[in-house]
Amino acid sequence: MVSPGLWTLAWRRLRADRIAMLALGVVGLFLLMLVLSSTGLVAADWEEEVAVTYAPPAFVGADAAVGALAQPQRPAPPNAFDPLAAEIEALKAEVRATHPPRPKALTLPFGADKWGHDVLKKTIKGGETSIVVGLVAAFVAVALGTLFGAISGFFGGVVDDVFNWFYSIFTSIPSILMILTVAAVLQQKGVMTIVLILGLTGWTGPYRLIRAEYIKHKAREYVMAADAIGASSWRKMFSHIFPNVSHVALVQLSILVVGFIKAEVILSFLGFGVPVGTVSWGSMLNEAQNELILGKWWQLAASAGAMALLVTAFSLFTDALRDALDPKLK
Amino acid sequence: MLAYIFRRLWQMLPTMAGVILLVFLLFNWVGGDPAYLLAGKMADEAAIANIRAQLGIDQPYSVQLWIFVKQIVTFDFGNAWSTGEPVAQIIASRLGPSLTVLVPLTLLETVFGIALALAIAFVRGSLTDRAVMVACTVGMSISILVYIIVFQYFFAYKLGLFPVQGWGNSLGENLLRYALLPIIIGLAVSIAPTLRLYRSFVLDEVGQDYVRTARAKGLKERRIVWVHVLRNAAIPIITHVMANLPALLIGAFLLERFFGIPGIGREVILAVERSDFPVIKAITVYVAAATMVFNLLADLLYRAVDPRVQLK
Repeated sequence: MVSPGLWTLAWRRLRADRIAMLALGVVGLFLLMLVLSSTGLVAADWEEEVAVTYAPPAFVGADAAVGALAQPQRPAPPNAFDPLAAEIEALKAEVRATHPPRPKALTLPFGADKWGHDVLKKTIKGGETSIVVGLVAAFVAVALGTLFGAISGFFGGVVDDVFNWFYSIFTSIPSILMILTVAAVLQQKGVMTIVLILGLTGWTGPYRLIRAEYIKHKAREYVMAADAIGASSWRKMFSHIFPNVSHVALVQLSILVVGFIKAEVILSFLGFGVPVGTVSWGSMLNEAQNELILGKWWQLAASAGAMALLVTAFSLFTDALRDALDPKLK
Repeated sequence: MLAYIFRRLWQMLPTMAGVILLVFLLFNWVGGDPAYLLAGKMADEAAIANIRAQLGIDQPYSVQLWIFVKQIVTFDFGNAWSTGEPVAQIIASRLGPSLTVLVPLTLLETVFGIALALAIAFVRGSLTDRAVMVACTVGMSISILVYIIVFQYFFAYKLGLFPVQGWGNSLGENLLRYALLPIIIGLAVSIAPTLRLYRSFVLDEVGQDYVRTARAKGLKERRIVWVHVLRNAAIPIITHVMANLPALLIGAFLLERFFGIPGIGREVILAVERSDFPVIKAITVYVAAATMVFNLLADLLYRAVDPRVQLK
């Protein structure tokens, strides 16, 4: 009879928590959408102008004024003195042949933006950017924090002092100021840049917790036993101790994902985030801010709603995960 | 006590040196040569050399670092690159508007947070408690941008209850007219995380022995919560509020930007947009220093409200 391990027990506790399972389902759906859109199966054609400008959602009904604007304009009367008339007519015919004009929809399931992009597809594509940035940056931050924390806690002494010095420097600058400062210095926009900014400034939280775990674990019997059979420091740190503290890293990872998704949205909104041409929930909110004054609320509702749903589900799941992995905490 | 303060101040020196070194490395080494940035598109060799000499970046790194340290100690960062205004004057004049929003916001947030946390702790474990906690999670999941955009549109633009943006000259006008809506939005955004945190502080106390003793001697639940528990839960709350003040100064940058409040946070955003390095450098270094000092103040306050704490 094998007694169940930490992960089996945690999974059992998690299974019993109905809210956690629901949240996990929602997060799973978002991740599925992410995979589908990054492989091009869904929303690959989001940039096509399929509807009239600011086409309202189907459940609101078509807007007569917007529809009238989209009607083809009366052609200008022919000008006998135009020397280029024949050539322009030929060019127009060529354009018509290669790109036949398509009727533009007056309504879409969830409306259209200024250029007539489908807001639903845009939200899916924007979510892809925001979630990928959140996940990868959180992974970088937790990897750095774990590495530093492990080295610092395991070796102690001068090494620990040096890392603690780094830690006190990074924590004395408020994180949002740190992020903006690095953004000012790097001066180049790109998904990679935001991932680096967030990842390189966000390692302090995981570092503190992982370091404390390593200090606790390095004196335990199983580490001494590993030492007695001649395991190297590196092996003791990562094959022996790390599996026993990995639940701390996992919880930190999911906390950081939520924080970084929020941070990416703010950075992109301010224009320090994703480059022009890449859509993210932050850049959508930036457009939506001006649209709201015109009464076009659907892009705001779509991007804000999708983000709130994902972050709520992720936070509820993180809370449940922490409770499940550390039953003493309650 | 005095010895403790001096020791703590002494311990701040290496951290402060690290902050200075980090900011210096970021701007003078990673950031590249600002002379090209300043000289504009039509720059000739002489103009660039001239700017480099003016900024001191033709000197070796050690000399540049010394210049930076001198700037920090004398509060003289020269002039901002974009506007030509002295950096020290920028910081001094932007502090007032920031504090006009932040001081009332922090006070209200703390008072509401404590009151709600104690009220929730009354009914801990009940359906109300769980519903409020889920509501807090949902409230925290909505981006602060959405709060600002929607509140500004609805209350200021649609209903016209507040000015959409702007800033006046007198404190009274600013506080009662322009800062009101930003403060309300700040409260709406911060109440969920504050309530969750304070609730955990309160629940830590509710299980203590002195609460059982108070109950055993027949005190009313109301008195136990509002007098006995509150006094003890106030300790972590006070330190939390104190230690977070400097970060708040920057944290309100979105409110300041949307409502056109000429505060520190908005200045940081503008400086990042315009690559105005002296302003960012100065604000980063001084906010870091303020964070350290306020952490020390928080510890001292901890000692003052809780005589059991021994400072070592």
